[in-house]
Amino acid sequence: MAPCRHMMTWTDLKSRLGQAGYVASNELAMAIHIALQLERPILLEGDAGVGKTQVAKTLAEIESTELIRLQCYEGLDAAAAIYEWNYQRQLLSIRAAADSGASAEAMEARIFSREFLLERPLLRAIQQDRPPVLLIDEIDRADEEFEAFLLEVLSDFQITIPELGTIAATSRPIVVLTANGTRDLSDALRRRCIYSHVPYPDRATELAILEKRGPDLSPHLAVQIVSFVQAIRKEELDKKPGVAETLDWAAALAGLGLKDLTDDPVTLQASLVALLKTEADQAAVPGEVAQRLAGVAE
Amino acid sequence: MPKVTKFPTRASTTERMGDFTHHLRKNGFKVGVQETEMALRSLGHIDLADPFEVRLALKAICCTDLHRYARFDDLFDAFWLNQSVMRMQHQETEIRKPNPSSFSNLSSFMQQQDTGRTGETDTPDNDNDGEANNDGEGKLVSTKVVNNNHTDLREFLRPEDRALAERAAQRIAAAIRYRRSRRRKAARKGETIDLRRVIRRSIGSGGEPMQLLRRRRPERPVHLVSILDVSGSMTLYARAFLAFIRGLIDADQRADAFVFHTSLMCVSDALRDNDTLRAVNRLSIMAQGFGGGTRIGTCLKQFNSQYANRIIGRRSVVIIMSDGYDTGSAELVGAELERLRRKGCKIIWLNPLLGWRDYEPVAASMAAALPYLDCFAPCNTLESLAALEFELERL
Repeated sequence: MAPCRHMMTWTDLKSRLGQAGYVASNELAMAIHIALQLERPILLEGDAGVGKTQVAKTLAEIESTELIRLQCYEGLDAAAAIYEWNYQRQLLSIRAAADSGASAEAMEARIFSREFLLERPLLRAIQQDRPPVLLIDEIDRADEEFEAFLLEVLSDFQITIPELGTIAATSRPIVVLTANGTRDLSDALRRRCIYSHVPYPDRATELAILEKRGPDLSPHLAVQIVSFVQAIRKEELDKKPGVAETLDWAAALAGLGLKDLTDDPVTLQASLVALLKTEADQAAVPGEVAQRLAGVAE
Repeated sequence: MPKVTKFPTRASTTERMGDFTHHLRKNGFKVGVQETEMALRSLGHIDLADPFEVRLALKAICCTDLHRYARFDDLFDAFWLNQSVMRMQHQETEIRKPNPSSFSNLSSFMQQQDTGRTGETDTPDNDNDGEANNDGEGKLVSTKVVNNNHTDLREFLRPEDRALAERAAQRIAAAIRYRRSRRRKAARKGETIDLRRVIRRSIGSGGEPMQLLRRRRPERPVHLVSILDVSGSMTLYARAFLAFIRGLIDADQRADAFVFHTSLMCVSDALRDNDTLRAVNRLSIMAQGFGGGTRIGTCLKQFNSQYANRIIGRRSVVIIMSDGYDTGSAELVGAELERLRRKGCKIIWLNPLLGWRDYEPVAASMAAALPYLDCFAPCNTLESLAALEFELERL
């Protein structure tokens, strides 16, 4: 039986995250620990592909609870994030009742009951028996209006539906917010959250991640891969490869049966499509540069 | 050697934590009672005797963004480990006092009612030092076959040209005035049906939706902020641009305007002066008076720390008018534009030189700025200003 959440120390948490395949830095592990203990939302900021979303997934795994995900986008509104009435059912129900001659009041009470309510992620998250992990992904893409609205939900954990009344949380979800830092979030939202910045992993961490999550590789090749990726992040690129790209690339190299990065320049160059995702970036790392980086990786 | 935290003998943990948040606040952190309380509560969940754990915990609680995240460790050391660095320079709290001389000069210009310059038109400028790659359109002036629209703005500015510039500005302001929201709101006319209200209404008619209610995307006003370079190299254009900015400000009561050379000043109110001629002339005289070096980066920094938090949001469009010739550091221009952009606004850079033949934005500051611009356009003729309307509509 896993230790109860309230008894864990932050090092326990870190090692449990590690067992579940997530290598967390000290800062991150402590931030998650504090967020869990104080029941605060945690805000993770960092470049795309550093594993912010994975934190929520791993948390759900170690808490063995459900992960409820709300992907934010511009124009996200209450109907998509919280609840919506099931209009088709309501229409059918009205028609069916019209023939039976029910009173208008009874009808109204009936079609605006829980039965006709479609739950969206936020409402669903506060109505679980066991606290779920609520992942609010890329909050900086949503409008300011939604941010303000989210503040309200996150502070009271209750949602008011005009036709139905206030629905209070049956359990407080573990809230994980992620942001790419493309625009500034409001101070109010930031202050409500525990904050952690997730950087690109350093060499040792990335090696550990590759060992945990990557394909079976010879230690020599694993070191080469990590060194190569660490070096390529220092190049002038539009989009630096994240951890996911490293894993993809490692899988690609394993699939191609490469034993050493310097063995086969042509294959190496071809495999870079797993690492560099824009045309400009691919042009920025021609064969010679790739060879130089692979040579440095020795 | 281990560093030892020396507690003042009578201070309780609560007091010390209160002092620590106060220390952070003085250094530009946005922390208060709420954070102190959270910090104290968090201490129950970690090993209090381990400075490393306390540091990590307080870091997670007190930091709100990357900038502060990076500075936290030093501040923590300074407070708890009794190092002498008590207050460090903080970028965001240093609010530079607006240069008093610029303002007093502005007001003294405002008081000079009769400068004798009212309605004066600029004569074509002849000392084209180092600006030989002018495309020659301005030469039309001398042949009297004047096509105002094609004349480079620095050549002259007559009252009717100014009116043209203002009209162009008003059209542009109207073009970018509204951006459509992606959210929907109940409305009488609209492209989608508001089922929620339709169903509610249809109960009364036994389930027949007799009345179709609709939703549409409301329009949201855009907030225009113009920043004009009035340094020496821009003097020739300043007057026309001021007319242009005035047009923008006239079209929208919420618009703001700034001018800068080596420091920045807000001129929204001066430009709302009823007498167009007077306002424009005063400001352009002022601009000439100060025509000297340009420090674009420093001025943008001043704008960011002093005004941006208050007036810039996701619905702002910032129009910078400058030739990009800068005596300050180019990196700062890039960094400050990035900071500005993170507020979610659109940035438009109008460069009069861009209209010249063979012009390449090679000035270091201009090159540094390019990646952060949503639109980079010429503005050396009235025609090019008017053409912006379509360009900006797409933003």
